[in-house]
Amino acid sequence: MTRAHAPVPLALSRRRLLGAGAGLGLGLQFIGTAAFAAQAQRKFVLVILRGAADGLSISPPIGDRDYVGLRRDLAITDEALRIDRDFGLHPELKSVHRLIAAGQGRIAPAVAMPAASRSHFAAQDRLEAAAGGDVSSGWLNRAMTSLSARTPVEGLSVGPVAPLVMRGPLTTASWSPGRAVETQARLPMLIQDLYANDPVLSAALGRGLKTEILAQANLARLAQDESGDLSPAETARLTRTLMGDSREAAGRLGATVAGFMQSAGGADMVAISLDGFDTHANQSGALTRRLAYLDALVGGLEEGLGAGWRDTVVLVVTEFGRTARINGTLGTDHGTAATALVLGGALKPGGIIGDWPTLRAERLFENRDLAPTTDLRSLFKGVLAEHMGVDRRALDTAVFPDSAAAAPILGMV
Amino acid sequence: MALPDRDLQAAIAATRFGLGARPGEIAAARSDPRGFLAEQTVAATPAPTRALPLARAEALQSFRQAQSAFLRANRRQSREAQDLRPEVVTQRRALREEINADLLQRASHGATTDHGFAERWALFWANHFTVGAGNFVRTATIGPYEAAAIRPHVFGAFTDLLVAAETHPAMLLYLDQNGSVGPGSPLAQQMARRKDATGRSGLNENLAREILELHTVGVDGGYTQADVIEFARALTGLTFRGFNSPTEQVGETYFRQIAHEPGPRTVMGVRYEVQGEDQAMAILRDLARRPQTARFISHKIARHFVADTPPPALVARLEKAWLGSDGALDQVALALIEAPEAWAPAPTKFKTPYEFMISSWRAAGAAPRTPGDLSMLTAMGQRPFYAPSPEGWPEDEAAWATPDGLIKRLVWTEAFAPRAIGDRDPSEVAAQALGARLSAVTARAIAGSESRGEGLALLLMSPEFQRR
Repeated sequence: MTRAHAPVPLALSRRRLLGAGAGLGLGLQFIGTAAFAAQAQRKFVLVILRGAADGLSISPPIGDRDYVGLRRDLAITDEALRIDRDFGLHPELKSVHRLIAAGQGRIAPAVAMPAASRSHFAAQDRLEAAAGGDVSSGWLNRAMTSLSARTPVEGLSVGPVAPLVMRGPLTTASWSPGRAVETQARLPMLIQDLYANDPVLSAALGRGLKTEILAQANLARLAQDESGDLSPAETARLTRTLMGDSREAAGRLGATVAGFMQSAGGADMVAISLDGFDTHANQSGALTRRLAYLDALVGGLEEGLGAGWRDTVVLVVTEFGRTARINGTLGTDHGTAATALVLGGALKPGGIIGDWPTLRAERLFENRDLAPTTDLRSLFKGVLAEHMGVDRRALDTAVFPDSAAAAPILGMV
Repeated sequence: MALPDRDLQAAIAATRFGLGARPGEIAAARSDPRGFLAEQTVAATPAPTRALPLARAEALQSFRQAQSAFLRANRRQSREAQDLRPEVVTQRRALREEINADLLQRASHGATTDHGFAERWALFWANHFTVGAGNFVRTATIGPYEAAAIRPHVFGAFTDLLVAAETHPAMLLYLDQNGSVGPGSPLAQQMARRKDATGRSGLNENLAREILELHTVGVDGGYTQADVIEFARALTGLTFRGFNSPTEQVGETYFRQIAHEPGPRTVMGVRYEVQGEDQAMAILRDLARRPQTARFISHKIARHFVADTPPPALVARLEKAWLGSDGALDQVALALIEAPEAWAPAPTKFKTPYEFMISSWRAAGAAPRTPGDLSMLTAMGQRPFYAPSPEGWPEDEAAWATPDGLIKRLVWTEAFAPRAIGDRDPSEVAAQALGARLSAVTARAIAGSESRGEGLALLLMSPEFQRR
C-alpha cells in the first residue's frame, strides 16, 4: 500500500511570488515586505502530545493487511472514522474528521525526528530543541526570533511551565486558567520595582501581567459581557469552566486561547502540551479520554478563531510512536514513527503527507516499530516557511541547525 | 575559592542547602554553618516492616472491592449497580482522606523540621525515583513508598536505596512491572495452552528502561535497546501481592517464579548465569556500582543544589566521593557540604513551587493545616504526587520562572501573607528569613510597605526569596 506523497500543485505561494518577483526585476526587499504584511495575521498552533501518542490508534491504517494481526484487541477497524480506504481516525476525533473531510486537515502517518530515541525525555528534548544535543532553546522560539527581525511576533504557551520548544532569546507569554490578579494594584507594581535588576523575573512578570489583562477581556467575551468588566465572582466561575479533563473544558480552553490569538498584539504562535499518552497498559480507555480532549480543543480553537481560522495552521505532534504490536498488558511500548495531524483553514486539501511504510514484518523498524518515512523537521519547516514566512536559510541553520538535508514539505498551504 | 563570611554562610546553609530559614534558624547555623548541615546527614528513620501500612492496605482493598462489585453489576446492567454506588463513593472518600493526610504530613514536616537539609536531600531522592500519581490507587501508594523505600535509605548505601525503590509495590505499579511475564516462562506457556491468549500476558520493558535511563547509568550510559529487553526479561516475576490477597499480604513484594523468563541474561556486556530472583538483583547491584551512575547522579545533585549548569569542579568532587565510598550517600552529602563551589554567594537556583511554598511557611514560622492549603500548587504547575513523568519534576529556571508561574505565585502570596504575618513586623521576619542574603532594596521596600501583609508579600516575591 506504499503511496507517494501526493504533491499538491503550488498556487501563488510567497516563495513563488518571491521567485517571480526576482524574475521581473522587482526588488526582493519590496516584495518580501509586502508578502509579510499580508501574512501579519497568520497564526500557528503547535500541540505536543506528551508520553508518545499511539499513531496507529490516532489514524488507524484500516487498509493495511497486517494492522489487525499486530494490534489484535486494540485494533480500531469498523468504528474508525474513515478518511479513505487506507486510513481512518480514532472514533473520538470527530472535529478532526470533519476538518479533513472539508479539506482542512491532513495526516502524516509515519513521521519521526532523525536519530530517534525511545526515551520520552531525550525524545521530547529533541522534538522541541531540534538542535543536535543543544537543549538551551526551542525551535519555535528561534523561528519567532528570526521573524521578529522584520515584524513583531508574539508567542504564548499554555500552562504554568514553559515548554522547551518555546524557550529561547525571544520573551514569550504563558498563561493558564486560574484566579485573576488585579493588574493595576499596588503590590504588582512594587514587585516589578524589586525585579529591576533581575532581567528574567522582570520580563516574566511584566509579560504575565500583560497577559492577565488580555485574559480578563477574553473571559468577558466568552461570557458575552459587553462591558468587558466582569465581577471577581463571575471571573472565578468562568475560569473554573476551563479546568478539568472534560470535552467541554477543552472546548472552552481552545476558545479562550483563540481569544488570545485574536486580541491586538495577541499571540501569533502558540504551544499547548497535552500529557497522559504513555499507554503501556490498558491503552484504550486512557487514549479515548485524551483524544476526546484533543479533539474538543481543536474544535474550540476553530470556533473561537471564527474568520481567523482561515489564516491558521494547527500541528499536532508527539515525541515518538509506539510499538506496532501490543504488549502483554493491553498497551503498547515505546516505538518510533508516529502520526502528526496538520489542520487549519489555511491548508490546501491533500492526501496523506509522506509515504506509508506499511506494517509488513520486513518493513518494521528494528522488527518492532512503524518505520519513519518523513522527517518531522520537514513538516515544521514547510509550515514555518510557507505559512509563517520564516526565511528558508534561517530554517536550515538557526532554526533547525544542520538540517539542509531535511527539505521543507511545500504546498501544504 | 574563598568562602563568603560566616553570616552569609549561615544564610546559605538554611536557604540553599535547607528548605528556607525558620525564625532563629540562621542564628543557630551561624557558629558552624557546615557543621550545622553535617549533623543532619544521619539516617533518621528505620524502614517500616511493611511496604504498605496495614490501614492503607485495608483502605485500598475496601475501595477495590466496592469498585469491582459495582462494575460487575454495571456490566450486567443490573439494577443492583445503583445500590452499590454509594459504597464506592464512601470508600473513595476514605482513601482520598488518607492521601491528603500523606500530603499534609509531608508538607507540614517540610515546613517545621529543624533538619531542612535532610528533608531537601530526601525530596531530591524521592524525585530521582519518581512515582507519579495518575490513577487513584497508585496515588495512595506514594506516601508509603516515600516512607518505606526512600527516606530510610537516603544517607545509606545507594545500592540499598535503589533496590528498595525498584522493588516497592508503588514503583512496580507505576512502571507496569506487576504484569510483565516472560514470553518463555511456564506461565506464558500455560496461558498459551489454555488458549488464554487475551493479550494480558507478555513482557513489559518500562521498568527496565527507566532504571537504566533515569535511575542509574543515565540516557548516555552506554546501554542499547537489547540491554533494555534483557534487563526486562531478568525482571519478570518481580511483582507484588494484589488487592485480592489476604489483607495482611496486600502490597507485599514477591517473586513469582512461574512468570520469570528462564535462562541466563546479558546486560551491558555482563553475563548473568544466576537464575530467578537473584538475577535482577545482581543486575541492579552492578548498575549501582557503575561509574556512569556515579557521574550521572553527581551531576544531578549538583544541578539540584547549586546551579542549572553546575560547575564541573563540583560535579567532579561529588563523583569522587561517590566512587571512593562505593556510593555511600552520607559521604556524597558531606562532599557537597565541603565543596566551596556550593557556597557561591549569588543565588542562581529558582525555587520550584513546592520549595517556594514550604519556604514561605518556614519564613512565617507557620505550617499548612489543611489539604486546601496546598491546592495552589496545582495551579502553579506542581500538583503534589503528580510528577508529569518518571523523570520527575523539572529543575531549571526556564521551566518555572514563567509569566504564568509568577502570576500564580503572586495570587497565592496575596492571599497568604496577610493571614500569615499576624501582628509581627515584616522587616524582622525578613531579617530572620534571609539573614545576610536580604538586599538593601528589598529591605527598604518592606520597611516602606503600607501594611504588614504587604511587607511579607514583598519579602516572599522578592528575587532573593524566589531564588536560593
